[in-house]
Amino acid sequence: MLIRSDYDVIVVGGGPAGSMAARYAASRGAHVALFEKDREIGIPVRCAEGVSEPVFRQYVEFDERWVASRIDKFKFHSPDGKTIIWKTPTPGLILNRRLFDHDLAVRATHAGAKIFTKAYVSGLVKMPDGYIVRLKHLDREYQIRTKIVIAADGVESRVARWAGIRTQLKLQDIEPCVQILAGNIDVDQSACEFYFSTKWAPGGYVWIFPKGQATANIGLGINGKYAGQRTPLDYLYEFMSDKFPEAVALTTTAGGVPVARPLKNLVADNLAIVGDAAHQVNPLTGGGISSALASGKLAGEVVAEAIRTGDYSRQGLQYYQEKWDATIGADLRHFYRLKEWVCDLNDTDLNSIAGLLENLPPEDITLTKIFKIALLKKPGLIVDALKVFAGF
Amino acid sequence: MIVVKPEICDLCGTCVAVCPQDCIDLSETQLLIDRQQCNGCRLCVQVCPFGALKEEAEHVDSV
Repeated sequence: MLIRSDYDVIVVGGGPAGSMAARYAASRGAHVALFEKDREIGIPVRCAEGVSEPVFRQYVEFDERWVASRIDKFKFHSPDGKTIIWKTPTPGLILNRRLFDHDLAVRATHAGAKIFTKAYVSGLVKMPDGYIVRLKHLDREYQIRTKIVIAADGVESRVARWAGIRTQLKLQDIEPCVQILAGNIDVDQSACEFYFSTKWAPGGYVWIFPKGQATANIGLGINGKYAGQRTPLDYLYEFMSDKFPEAVALTTTAGGVPVARPLKNLVADNLAIVGDAAHQVNPLTGGGISSALASGKLAGEVVAEAIRTGDYSRQGLQYYQEKWDATIGADLRHFYRLKEWVCDLNDTDLNSIAGLLENLPPEDITLTKIFKIALLKKPGLIVDALKVFAGF
Repeated sequence: MIVVKPEICDLCGTCVAVCPQDCIDLSETQLLIDRQQCNGCRLCVQVCPFGALKEEAEHVDSV
């Protein structure tokens, strides 16, 4: 339980990216500490909790206990009330993130990582061979030496900024979001529903992700450039009064989702950035769980190798950047181009796209088809859509 | 002057993410604004999902 005066690797933040990075660095022999500012790993949940099951399973040894519900279709609602149903070719999952995040942290401890909660990192001091991390844990302050810092401190990441990497998001690259866990609602427990309308969520959408027992995550994000007049909470209350007047809010949370191009620099000397802190979120959907798992695992492995070889420089960590840019990073760039276009669609555009899709037989509706139709007036983006959806 | 209403603030960090001056700090229990660094751009007020940040006239602080 004691905090040591030095570690090979310090991970800041105990979300999925941080726990994965801690686990994979520790499992390859590095001495790892993870510091989480909150009192408990996994709480609060600032997430709609949806993932694609096959993608998710690529990165973790799956545990059925994490599954709150299984999804086989998406229902898209247009501003004028049309509903387009897309039967997903592979199942989607709505997770129980409290349990999932907790289990990822437990697995990191099994690999040898030390985890501390209520542990607040307040600054970094660069040293020739690493960093000194300033930490407040309960009522004590510490200065801890480390060879490598992994910034897994979320969308609000300050660790990367302390290391000289600008991570501030422009207004159009953030979606301020609110979500309630709604109880006492009658929703299709096998479908994710989305409402698109400038009335409900300008530059974003409303989501309804079922969580079993007549509950669902209901939330919305609006694009930062449309924010200001009314808050996302105002929009959500209006939506709930209209659609689910009898619902109760079992939890209410806020959050900011980065919908930006991936960060250019994921590594610097003695530093790697992972997850939301590195803007590793699909900018079109706002989904970031699987990319956080992927980046945490990759960064953890690369960092462990750097510790083993004694090269903690940017060069020594570069493989994380290169591998990321060549794989998921490349996809996220295409998604960013699509997001920029989707974000500017007005209700007339959305209604006309829904109108074209409405007449198709349900079995003909695929994501590729949806984007082919939606992009009739934007043929330049069809390549981006095909690159990322060809696998569907 | 930007002020935070702690009874509304959810400590979600959306304001921290957009602050160009990097003058907002977030701990487990509170949001702190460094008024020396703040340039009054109001981006934080604009993006706050709960509307917990407000711009108030300077003199209100001393009341």
